[in-house]
Amino acid sequence: MSGATRIERRFADLRAQGRAGLVTFLTAGDPDPAVSAAILKGLPAAGADLIELGMPFSDPMADGPAIQNSSLRALAAGMTLEKTLRLVADFRRGDDATPIILMGYFNPIHAFGVERFLAAARKAGVDGLIIVDLPPEEEGDLCLPARNAGLNFIYLTAPTTDDRRLPRVLENASGFVYYVSITGITGTASASAADIGGAIARLRRHTDLPVAVGFGIKTAAQAAEVAALADAAVVGSALINCLAENLDADGVAEPGLVKAVLSMVSDLAGGVASGRVRENAR
Amino acid sequence: MDKPNTYRGGPNEHGHFGIYGGRYVAETLMPLILELERAYEAAKADPAFAAEMDGYFKTYVGRPSPLYFAERMTAEFGGARIYLKREDLNHTGAHKINNCVGQALLARRMGKRRIIAETGAGQHGVATATVCALFNLPCVVYMGQVDIERQAPNVFRMKMLGAEVRSVTSGSATLKDAMNEALRDWVANVEDTYYLIGTTAGPHPYPSMVRDFQSVIGEEVRGQMQNAEGRLPDALLACIGGGSNAMGLFHPFLDEPTVRIVAVEAAGEGIATGKHAASLTAGKPGVLHGNRTYLLQDADGQIKEAHSVSAGLDYPGIGPEHAWLHDVGRVEYVSITDAEAIAAFHQCTRLEGIIPALESAHALAHTVKLAASLGPDKLLVVNLSGRGDKDLDTIARLEGTTL
Repeated sequence: MSGATRIERRFADLRAQGRAGLVTFLTAGDPDPAVSAAILKGLPAAGADLIELGMPFSDPMADGPAIQNSSLRALAAGMTLEKTLRLVADFRRGDDATPIILMGYFNPIHAFGVERFLAAARKAGVDGLIIVDLPPEEEGDLCLPARNAGLNFIYLTAPTTDDRRLPRVLENASGFVYYVSITGITGTASASAADIGGAIARLRRHTDLPVAVGFGIKTAAQAAEVAALADAAVVGSALINCLAENLDADGVAEPGLVKAVLSMVSDLAGGVASGRVRENAR
Repeated sequence: MDKPNTYRGGPNEHGHFGIYGGRYVAETLMPLILELERAYEAAKADPAFAAEMDGYFKTYVGRPSPLYFAERMTAEFGGARIYLKREDLNHTGAHKINNCVGQALLARRMGKRRIIAETGAGQHGVATATVCALFNLPCVVYMGQVDIERQAPNVFRMKMLGAEVRSVTSGSATLKDAMNEALRDWVANVEDTYYLIGTTAGPHPYPSMVRDFQSVIGEEVRGQMQNAEGRLPDALLACIGGGSNAMGLFHPFLDEPTVRIVAVEAAGEGIATGKHAASLTAGKPGVLHGNRTYLLQDADGQIKEAHSVSAGLDYPGIGPEHAWLHDVGRVEYVSITDAEAIAAFHQCTRLEGIIPALESAHALAHTVKLAASLGPDKLLVVNLSGRGDKDLDTIARLEGTTL
């Protein structure tokens, strides 16, 4: 697979291994840049197959309180898009295989400058982008330039994205498809396995891209259920809640924070691994 | 930038005014936005919809609102003949009701069972709660905690009208955060909920739909000025937060080259202090709340808190059509400080016996400057977008008294 991105290579590997992947979401710079870098560095060994890194934004309209607060903590600690890219570059020095996907809202990239951002992201070792407020209707802003720059642009699809609309959403999607399993903000309700199964079957009729499922996956057991159906399970708010529980009253990281977050990642990875084994045994 | 053939042709089929506008929303909402656009286009083409809206405008809102010749103001300022478009006399006391009647009728046509809205000063919240009472629809209004404190009478009105007012404490706890929270509600309640946006901002089709519902202001002025003076006005003046009262007055006149059009942003404590809400004067283009427009933001693209004594102008963005009209140069955008607006508030009250909203007082403050620069043969229309009863607490507090 020459020219394939790390994302494409990782999903090909997962398929070859007959298992689903774990995608972790954390906000870059939460609770501060140093602790964030330490977590990031430990994620692959803890079992994260792909890493989503949130670009902090002051007004995260599609996120629940966990990710809102996480964004605000990172901004208060002085995080910027420039520093997020530096965090990725530092990670890349020790890991050239684990895909990194930057996730967030368009305005910080708009302010940075699209061309400048794409060049810097590629140089830092970013593999893909998920931009919540850039639907295909606005693909000229970033999706098409990103693809030209060799980055995957991952689209979100939702329960409201019907069969008539799906082809439009998938038209320029690459890397994988992110299925938002509930109608709601991050870290709130959870979908049933039956609903997720039906949705994935519908998606697979429209695309050969791997399907990752996110929103509302909080436990290893839920991750296992999703892993039985999808190509990857995304966990964000639950990890961020774990991180937040390990902050002191002033919002400073307690000594055990990194270990606690990574141990939860291992737990979730175990769930994801067990999910497919069960499926294969059927 | 080339001069367009018409200033009234926007937006294009993608909801863009030049580079502004668009549909920058999460995928979950995208199908709803498209459904809304289809429903609005169908309603626009249906004479029964217009007739129904007209009926409520006449018998419920109290339209047409008068165009009043402000004789004492004219004499005092020594220049153009000043006319006030009395949107403050509408039911609920501001222009906001025009848009709410239109959107509530549309929501009903679409079979939506629940209405949500954001509000700053509370005028849009009150207008929304009012039409929801009228049409028997459950209503949830998101309002920043800071605004709830400074607009207590409007909060009480909304509750009496049967609306649930949800306090928003995230971010700066003002209008932008209320809008974030309303969008979060909508994402979670896609089946039955209609989001009734109060200004000419948000994703397409809201900016043009709200403009259309508010354009009744300018259409009436056209006829009323013809009756009063036998010709078009020479200048129009309105305040802008998101920009709906201004767009409603301006839009019917955009292609009249003899009509000078001026909009007034809130300069808060002064542009140089950084504590203001002047997105066009001191912001730069970006993407927030579904549209590309001018925003108050830092170098990293983080949205800055706006500041204005007037809660209705306290928003770090502006409607995308205004952003475009700014860039093409059709409308002049100026700014007025809190202190200037408060002085104009008192002046209008004493000269004309009309207590204006603090929002509208920004337009009145610029009237002094503009009227004097125009000759006495010129006709100036100022949109008196709302009445000031809701601001009495704020004014009293500034003067060190309590009511």
